[in-house]
Amino acid sequence: MNLAINNASLLFATALVGIALIVVYKEKLGLGKDILIGVVRAVIQLVAVGFLLGYVFNLNNIIVTLALVLVIIFNASFNAGKKSNGISNAFKISFIAILTATSLTLVVLLLSGAVLFIPSQVIPISGMIASNSMIAIGICYRNLNAKFKDQRQQVLEKLALGANLKQASITIVRDSIRSGMLPTIESAKTIGIVSLPGMMSGLMFAGVDPTYAIKYQIMVTFMLLSTTSIASVMASYMAYKEFYTESKQLKN
Amino acid sequence: MEAPLLKTTNLEFEVDGKTILKGITLTIEKGDFLTITGPSGSGKSTLLKIIASMLSPTEGKLCYQNKPVEEYEPTDYRKEVSYCFQTATLFGETVKDNLTFPYDIRNQPFNEKKALSALKSVGLGKEYLTKSVHALSGGEKQRVALIRNILFMPKVLLLDEVTSALDEENQTIIRSLIRNLNQEQGITIVWVTHNTVEIQSSNRIVHLVNGEMEEPK
Repeated sequence: MNLAINNASLLFATALVGIALIVVYKEKLGLGKDILIGVVRAVIQLVAVGFLLGYVFNLNNIIVTLALVLVIIFNASFNAGKKSNGISNAFKISFIAILTATSLTLVVLLLSGAVLFIPSQVIPISGMIASNSMIAIGICYRNLNAKFKDQRQQVLEKLALGANLKQASITIVRDSIRSGMLPTIESAKTIGIVSLPGMMSGLMFAGVDPTYAIKYQIMVTFMLLSTTSIASVMASYMAYKEFYTESKQLKN
Repeated sequence: MEAPLLKTTNLEFEVDGKTILKGITLTIEKGDFLTITGPSGSGKSTLLKIIASMLSPTEGKLCYQNKPVEEYEPTDYRKEVSYCFQTATLFGETVKDNLTFPYDIRNQPFNEKKALSALKSVGLGKEYLTKSVHALSGGEKQRVALIRNILFMPKVLLLDEVTSALDEENQTIIRSLIRNLNQEQGITIVWVTHNTVEIQSSNRIVHLVNGEMEEPK
């Protein structure tokens, strides 16, 4: 492997943070504190996760691996839930959606042989799936909130005509699913032209032949399309009901 | 004696600690043409929305055909007690999208002949069916919205100042349609209005002041 990074080179790389801080200071953006907190948190979190993953990879235990996957899903659900802006049961909905998306996608990858059931493969892949599901669900929540606000009168009109909750909300739900899936679809269109994504770049950094690295990236692209669609559909279909009362009235 | 079609008993409605409606006891008989009047903010629209099951009262009871409204499936109830908003909001792209909606929610095929005849009854020609909703005037939108409510005849039609923003010509068209629905089809009408002509065409008037009811004898 031709990986050349060491502690000294990392220390030099902090100069890059300095550039961000100079921009923030010169332009009076008031983000200096956030950048410093962000940098300190990133370093602490990554160091901790580095040691933890090293331990888990060496341990190679099914239960510990699955427990870590569950922790990843829990954290992703917690963060997606925080972006719900008041949607009831957002954590529960996010957890069910991310758990399903991660499990289904992972099972397909394992069955196809694309991924082996070893911690060094299952854990990073689960992290990628859960993180993309989390982002897709966050977008769905934002879209649901915005559309239920903008189209409130239309929804009320439909309810008044005797529509059930699904009939009154279906255009909003579909729009929300579309918005959750769109970034992944758009990114798939420009992959390799604009971006050389993480998985592929990581493998090439580690010295893997690019023609082999792309196979993994193709797998990741397909995997993310599947996972964001499952997560967006499940979260949107579960969350829209939370905009109504038990008497099938639109909440204020 | 037959039970009233709709009956409210001591209805109260509060929002953020503010009383909007207080002690509303009202019976509405089948075939009634009732107008609800009163100054702005007196709770007329809130009362109508409660009757439509679009809002739930804080206290009190609402019965439909002698059964508490909560015992009905809201979607079934709203198909029978149909509420028409003050400012019509059409959805979709065309007039047809709006007129197919009542069929879609009943899982029935769209009856174009009936829709065209309904459009004609409010002075809109068949070319309106494919018109964009964005190309309609306020009066035309209100007429389309009203048709949406009556393509499948409800038992009660609740009208919330539906003519208040319209010109004289549109008001006359809608009034004539409503009168016809009541007199010839036997539809019970509950109409919130300030308009003297509309008040005069009713057989009962309820006056609301500060959320309380005054029904003239």
